[in-house]
Amino acid sequence: MYKHILLAADGSENAVRAAKEAIKIAACHEDSMIEIVYVVDFDQSKSDVLHSSSSEARNLERRKKIARVEQLIKESNVSYKVTFLHGTPGPEIVKYANEQQAELVVIGSRGLNSLQEMVLGSVSHKVMKRVNCPALIVK
Amino acid sequence: MQSLKQQWFGNIRGDILSGLVVALALIPEAIAFSIIAGVDPMVGLYASFTMAVTIAFAGGRPGMISAATGAMALVMVPLIRDYGLEYLFAATLLTGVIQILFGLLKVAKLMKFIPNAVMIGFVNSLAILIFMAQVPHFIGISNMTYVFVGITLLLVYTLPRFIKVIPAPLIAIVSLTIVAIFSGVNLRTIGDLGTITQTLPSFIIPDVPFNLETFKIIFPFSISLAIVGLVESLLTSQIVDDMTATESNKNQEARGQGIANIVTGFFGGMAGCAMIGQSVINVKSGGRGRLSTLVAGIFLMFLILVLGDLVVKIPMPVLVGIMIMVCIGTFDWTSFKYLAKAPRTDAIVMLTTVVSVVWTHDLSKGVIAGVILSAVFFVVKISSVKITQENNRYYVNGQLFFASTDSFIDFFKYNDFNSSTIQIDFSNSRIWDDSGVGALVKVEDLLKEKGIEVEVVELDASSKKILSKLQGVSSSH
Repeated sequence: MYKHILLAADGSENAVRAAKEAIKIAACHEDSMIEIVYVVDFDQSKSDVLHSSSSEARNLERRKKIARVEQLIKESNVSYKVTFLHGTPGPEIVKYANEQQAELVVIGSRGLNSLQEMVLGSVSHKVMKRVNCPALIVK
Repeated sequence: MQSLKQQWFGNIRGDILSGLVVALALIPEAIAFSIIAGVDPMVGLYASFTMAVTIAFAGGRPGMISAATGAMALVMVPLIRDYGLEYLFAATLLTGVIQILFGLLKVAKLMKFIPNAVMIGFVNSLAILIFMAQVPHFIGISNMTYVFVGITLLLVYTLPRFIKVIPAPLIAIVSLTIVAIFSGVNLRTIGDLGTITQTLPSFIIPDVPFNLETFKIIFPFSISLAIVGLVESLLTSQIVDDMTATESNKNQEARGQGIANIVTGFFGGMAGCAMIGQSVINVKSGGRGRLSTLVAGIFLMFLILVLGDLVVKIPMPVLVGIMIMVCIGTFDWTSFKYLAKAPRTDAIVMLTTVVSVVWTHDLSKGVIAGVILSAVFFVVKISSVKITQENNRYYVNGQLFFASTDSFIDFFKYNDFNSSTIQIDFSNSRIWDDSGVGALVKVEDLLKEKGIEVEVVELDASSKKILSKLQGVSSSH
């Protein structure tokens, strides 16, 4: 049984599929909790600040990006919480998962930025290599 | 808010490392902005040293980097050209005094009234102006100049893929300066445009006559500098707040900017402010606390004292290449999508800000033009009341106050009514002032003359309150 499941979400279709798998696992046991983690990339901060009228508006806008994932989990009656992190997505997820001693990390195989992936390799691959717990990469 | 101890020593290792990185990244910018302003590179370098060191203590946003900036350099160009360096120092002092006053008057609250359209226009026009300032240094000089600008750009954009610890601009500068020296190509260098003195800045009193005449000369510049400095500083602090998910004291930052500019003026530097680009570099490199800003300032000065002789040998095309990179990084590239998608009025405000800045070369004028225009748009928008009809019920949509009463009254004056009783529904509206109450009374009278009975329904609590307060006895119906 996995009590603390960390689900990385970035607003992509893959993240939604990852959420469905995370729910299947979490639904097995009522003590299981899914933590939706969204990383705000450092490079995103500047344009987000410029294009939002307040930090509240900014938070709402970011919350919308994970709305579908959140909705899915809510409907399945699995307990969950939402956490926003700031930094470079891959390393930040790894750092947080290890700090929080998550028992399972669920992540989509491919995110939003395919160009970056070609050059730098995928975020999911990096996370899988460096996280201390098992990782589930969802196609 | 973190404790002061936390702000200073909560992240010692990260702060020292990032401070070193920022110092290296600051040098080319401080020199380039001095050249834009039309002063010796030392003026920008001294300013970057004193700004960073002072703001480390006096600022309200730990981890933010302040130094000589392009936005400020652009404002001071005519002052230096027409009156000289001493007047710049005096203007820098006055800028500091004005900023402290702004800080005491809690100006951070006013910043909320600057709409994002103006902020987007601000960064875009800043990028455009810095780019325009580079043009004379690379267009039509020599083919070798183009080659060096091109290689510099190639290096600064590809190197970060492979080398993450040392800032790419620094690697580009060092390697290309060496190439230029040993290949003997004929390129203009920083030494051709100014001198580097390897001494610490010393305390000076600006050598200007202290009279009304001087005040009249420097005051317009100081006001512009104070506004531009605060706009960029408070924007930067919001970005650092967001990146680090922490809060900052905006009024303390305004006062801190003022104190830092006063210190800078007394030590022979040009007015400065917070820098978006450098602050982002600092946070990305692990800087979070005040120590990072202090280390950046001190290490910058150390480098100049040690390496001053070499700095003058840096070829101008390399510096230009780095500045083009800074422009590309400053420009908000999502603006094009914004222009297509944002409300028309917002897009017009953004473009107006950019056009006024590029026209006047003064960012503060763009901010003021943008704020005024968006205020006008706001009043126009909020002062229109639309009335929709459903059977005998007339819905008021919009706010009813002194500016919007005309359209409200006109509707009932010129409309034909079929029924002898109508309802005016205020569920989508609110009455704000005596004009609103007066308009409602007038409409009731108008309709009574036409022989129509009026029932006012769905007033919210605050509208009812103002209605009964202002109508006094007549509220009994």
